[in-house]
Amino acid sequence: MSSTVISIQNLDLFYGAFQALKQVPMTVRGRHITALIGPSGCGKSTLLRTINRMNDLIPGVRVTGSILLDGKDIYAAGTDVCALRKRVGMVFQRPNPFPLSIYDNVAFGLRVAGMSDRCRIESVVEHSLKGAWLWDMLKDKLDHPALGLPLDQQQRLCVARLLAVEPEVILMDEPCSALDPISTAKIEELMLELKKKYTIVIVTHNMQQAARISDYSGYMLLGDMIEFGETASIFTTPKDKRTQDYISGRYG
Amino acid sequence: MKVNGETLVKGVLTAVAFSALASLLLIAVFIFKEGFPFMLKVGFSDFLFSSTWNPQVGQFGIFPMIVASLYVTFGAMLIGAPLGVAGAIFLNEFVPRPVMRVIKPTIELLAGIPSVVFGFLGVMVLAPFIREHMGGPGLSVLAASVILGIMVLPTVISISTDAISAVPNSYREGAFALGATRWQSVHMVILKAARSGIIASIILAMGRSLGETMAVIMVAGNTVRVPHAVTDPVRTLTANIALEMANATGMAREALFATGVVLFVVIMILNGIAMSAMKGRGKK
Repeated sequence: MSSTVISIQNLDLFYGAFQALKQVPMTVRGRHITALIGPSGCGKSTLLRTINRMNDLIPGVRVTGSILLDGKDIYAAGTDVCALRKRVGMVFQRPNPFPLSIYDNVAFGLRVAGMSDRCRIESVVEHSLKGAWLWDMLKDKLDHPALGLPLDQQQRLCVARLLAVEPEVILMDEPCSALDPISTAKIEELMLELKKKYTIVIVTHNMQQAARISDYSGYMLLGDMIEFGETASIFTTPKDKRTQDYISGRYG
Repeated sequence: MKVNGETLVKGVLTAVAFSALASLLLIAVFIFKEGFPFMLKVGFSDFLFSSTWNPQVGQFGIFPMIVASLYVTFGAMLIGAPLGVAGAIFLNEFVPRPVMRVIKPTIELLAGIPSVVFGFLGVMVLAPFIREHMGGPGLSVLAASVILGIMVLPTVISISTDAISAVPNSYREGAFALGATRWQSVHMVILKAARSGIIASIILAMGRSLGETMAVIMVAGNTVRVPHAVTDPVRTLTANIALEMANATGMAREALFATGVVLFVVIMILNGIAMSAMKGRGKK
């Protein structure tokens, strides 16, 4: 069993007066895929976004409890949020490459980090595009606008953009919801490849997807973590009645 | 035939819309009809590139005024564009929404201040300041540029703000998720995404300052001479028309229409560029 990378305890999150997360616990193990499932509005995306503090951008959000990344509380005073986000990268629901060239998209994170050595950047860009299985397809059109790519390539470009900054954890917020089944399969395959080197947390609406690719799953409902454990046991022998109902498709 | 309300309203609105078009057309036809034959008579190069303007003895060189208009406009952009774009960035990215909702209309109110008031401020405050600290008569290219630079701020800020707030939030999130700071996300992504809108705002502001008359007459000094320093007084194309219209007859009058033609052409070119820049934004 590999080590714990993220450990979340008693996490409460409020949007103003509304409590979106209630005393949530979660443990994420290194180089595994952890999936969060549950019906819309259950707080799974909100939970995901606490891990790289993207929720900080929304006014009126209050978080209590603790999220330890490699043993350090990321909500402790004096945490460098920009540095945190370099360690914990994120892929969004809709592919969101910047309106720049393919090359500049991948180089973005490096330039943000202050790297200006052209040779280094070039080699990292190549390496990252290879890591997202895009290099062979795109190597001759690196100066083309990224927004001209088909959606699934845009999404993998967003993955490549992350790989360039060598994060420890990759958060994926329903990364396939804008894609067709064939593109989805490609992203899933890519995720299985990536978990050899990275720790992945994915939010998904698609239970089959969670069952196919994840090692651990958490089922959430209305801000509560109902059940968390190995995916195999959650999907075959859920302990909680509500998990069972959701998985058997009775609601959600 | 029964005319229902819908058809009536449609007809009226069509007529109103076309009357705007028709007046533009009429203005264009009118100033070209009055000014163009004059340009042919005097000769294009004598009119556009000669530096002597002396209508009483039949010398009609508007070169100093073309130069003055371009200098003053360019100077106004040098001041207004960076300030305006910086203001728009600040309002969109660095200020909480509720504060922006107070500040933006206030800035737009600036557009409602009559130009004569700006001119008055220029004469009373700016010109003496320049005279004391930089020499020259005070009324100058510099004074006109500063006043116009302030006058175009609402145009630049409000159109740039719209362009920047139209940038999808997903770009900001993407940048932040890669560890970018606010400023990095602004200059590496957002300004590039909003570029065409920002360019359009600057070009519209250019059109405004090129066409501004009253404030410029009050602060530019109105001497017909190619300026050699920013503290030299100048007369712009618009100022020339306004100043001489009252007592111009015959050839002199036609010369003013021809000045109008030059102004018209320059502004049309700027608007054309602005429109194609806007179209570039639509494509993205």
